[in-house]
Amino acid sequence: MSMKASTRQVDGVTVVDLSGRITLGEGSVVLRDMVRDLIGKGERKILLNLGDVTYIDSSGIGELVSAFTTVRNQGGELKLLKLTKKVHDLLQITKLYTVFDVKDDEAAAIGSFKK
Amino acid sequence: MAGNRVSYTLDSTLESVNTAETTAEQMAAKAGFEDDDQHRISMAVREAAVNAVLHGNAYDPNKKMRVSFENNGESLIITIADEGKGLHEEDIPDPLSPENLLKQSGRGIFLIRSFMDEVRFRVLEPGTEVTLVKHFRGEPASATEATT
Repeated sequence: MSMKASTRQVDGVTVVDLSGRITLGEGSVVLRDMVRDLIGKGERKILLNLGDVTYIDSSGIGELVSAFTTVRNQGGELKLLKLTKKVHDLLQITKLYTVFDVKDDEAAAIGSFKK
Repeated sequence: MAGNRVSYTLDSTLESVNTAETTAEQMAAKAGFEDDDQHRISMAVREAAVNAVLHGNAYDPNKKMRVSFENNGESLIITIADEGKGLHEEDIPDPLSPENLLKQSGRGIFLIRSFMDEVRFRVLEPGTEVTLVKHFRGEPASATEATT
C-alpha cells in the first residue's frame, strides 16, 4: 500500500496524518512535497502522525530527517507522533530517536510546541 | 532436502525492488522465520535491491539485477548482484557519526548489517554482489522445494 497523507490544524499546529509505506519512489515523494507545501504556506509547527505508517525504508528515514532539518532551518519545529514498534526500532538503531522530538499523545504533542 | 536455490533476473526498476522484497518475505516465512525476522530480512533485501537498481545500475534498462535465494537447512542465503560501477566497502561512510547523522542518505547498508547475521560484498567485473545470510535460530520449517 502506498502512502496517504492528510493535514488538519489543531491549535496552530499542522498535524499531518500519514498512513501506509514511506519508501523510495512512493511515500518519500509524497512526504517531501507535503512538507515543502506546508513550508511554502508559512506553516512552522508540524506534527507528523506516524501511527498508521506500516513501513519505512532508509529512503523514508532520510525523508523524515530532511523534513526535520528543512523545518528547523526555517525556524520551525517538526515533531513525530505515535511511532509503531518497527519505526521506533528503526529510529533507535539509526540513533535518530534522540534527534527527533517523539510524542505518544497528540494533545501533549500539540501543547509542547513553542507558543 | 537442503540446498535448493531459486534465482531471478530483474530489470533495474523500483518494481523489481518491490518484487525482491516481497519474494524475500515469502521465502523467510516459508523458511520458518518469525514475523520480526521476516521483516528484517525483507527490509535488508529491499535496501540491497535499491542499492543495486539505483546506485549500481542507475535505472539503466540495459543492466539487470540478479537475485537468488537459497535455503541450505541452516541459513537463508540471499545474493543480489548488479552490473554497475562497483561498490567498495571502505568508501561507505558511518551513518551514526555526528557529521553524518542528519544526512538524508547513507543508511541502507548500515540497516542491512543490522538486520542480517552475515553480509559480504564481492566486486564483480562489472558490478557488485552482496550476500546476505540469516541463520535459523531453531528448527527450520522447510528446507525443501523451491518456488518459482
